[in-house]
Amino acid sequence: MPGTLAWKNTALVEEVERRSGTPVSACFQCHKCSTGCPTGPEMDFLSSQVMRLIHLGEEEMLLGSRAIWLCASCEACTTRCPMGIDIAAVMDTLRMMAIERKADVPNARGQKFNRSFLGSVRRHGRVFELGMIAVYKLRSGDLFSDVGKFPQMLAKGKIRLLPRRSADAKRVREVFRRAEEEDEKR
Amino acid sequence: MKYAYFPGCSLESTAWDFDRSARAVCRALEVELEEIPDWVCCGSTPAHTTSASLAVALPVLNLQKAREMGLPVMAACASCYARLRTANHTVRGDAEERARVERITQSPYDGSVDVRHVLDVLVNEVGVNEIRRRVERPLSGLRVACYYGCLLTRPPEVVAFDDPEHPTAMEELLSAAGAEPVEWPLKTECCGAALSMTGAPAVSRLGHKLLSMARQAGAECVAVACPLCQVNLDLRQSDARKAHGYFPETPALYVTQLLGLALGLSEQELGIGALTVGAGSLLAACHAGVAAEAGGAP
Repeated sequence: MPGTLAWKNTALVEEVERRSGTPVSACFQCHKCSTGCPTGPEMDFLSSQVMRLIHLGEEEMLLGSRAIWLCASCEACTTRCPMGIDIAAVMDTLRMMAIERKADVPNARGQKFNRSFLGSVRRHGRVFELGMIAVYKLRSGDLFSDVGKFPQMLAKGKIRLLPRRSADAKRVREVFRRAEEEDEKR
Repeated sequence: MKYAYFPGCSLESTAWDFDRSARAVCRALEVELEEIPDWVCCGSTPAHTTSASLAVALPVLNLQKAREMGLPVMAACASCYARLRTANHTVRGDAEERARVERITQSPYDGSVDVRHVLDVLVNEVGVNEIRRRVERPLSGLRVACYYGCLLTRPPEVVAFDDPEHPTAMEELLSAAGAEPVEWPLKTECCGAALSMTGAPAVSRLGHKLLSMARQAGAECVAVACPLCQVNLDLRQSDARKAHGYFPETPALYVTQLLGLALGLSEQELGIGALTVGAGSLLAACHAGVAAEAGGAP
């Protein structure tokens, strides 16, 4: 139809909608999500801009953005969206796509934290915080932040020196393996 | 009243004071808790941002255990609570996801085990009137900002024991305990949550915004019900002050610690000593006020 703007590249919006199970194409740019986003000031794209970039098929720009890793998953956007878009789920989907496609993540700390956290769960069935933090610090190179807090936390019993394993840790490892297989089929 | 208790990983380390005070308060109010044997991590934010399958499977492992116990679940950590509820929501609403999680866990699950948060149990099961009756040392004059953060009330299709934008359960509970909750606008604003390790600048900014607003509203302390809120507002409070400017030291206590004090439990029984920003002088002033009133102040 002359005079209308056609969506030229719909592959991205279709994939994100299928994987997140939420109607991203319904976004009409009211910006309510961005207005209430607690980490908006640190983001390179606000959440409403992320929705628009999905419409425009800007995959590379999105998967390499800082915004997707600065989402705190607080669900304010999801709760408030007048079109019922689960924006927090869209952020999760974009993070998973960024990892799968080995996008050039500008600040990979979020991803390194996730790997360290889940590695601890896979090993012990529960998070062993001290071990998890040590692995994260080595991976991220962020060795010295919070070191000053350590003695006080230790004195207050807030750091356990040994992991408390769940007796079901072996089963958890199997669950991780089967979950990976299922994720590949999605 | 009996629940299968899911403490979660934080409550074994950084939030042991939440675990201790939640158990102590439940004991005092005759809410029986039986810890889920060999519970495993709920996966929290790292799982749901990494793997859609794992995000459901890890909570379901615990829900299957609770089903064998024949009990509803009570969680204390807001993130565990939200993950367990979200897994139920997914399993109930999506047959394909249910089949997938049953393949992964190799065990059936229909999403029917109810999951409650300790705040929900206290306000809606024990009840505010019963709690008021049991108060031994009212928190008279203690001005507190009740802080819910994000996952206790959001998203409402999944959690839903209180209003997502203007919850009041904590205010009702602490009013019954004799405290004076203040009106303030940021009670459901996120603290930066899981960015605690990876996004320190955002967490400092949000901590400063929340705590200075609580102060402006007249509060002397903040009540929380989530281990991440507590860490971000307490352990990281000095970072917020350093980065964004002065506000008075403001203790961030678990709601179960404040309630426990009102029920007459000792500071030791409630892990009050674990706070980074101590509440000693504040609580002493509050109890001195009560004693003076009781003794007919000179």
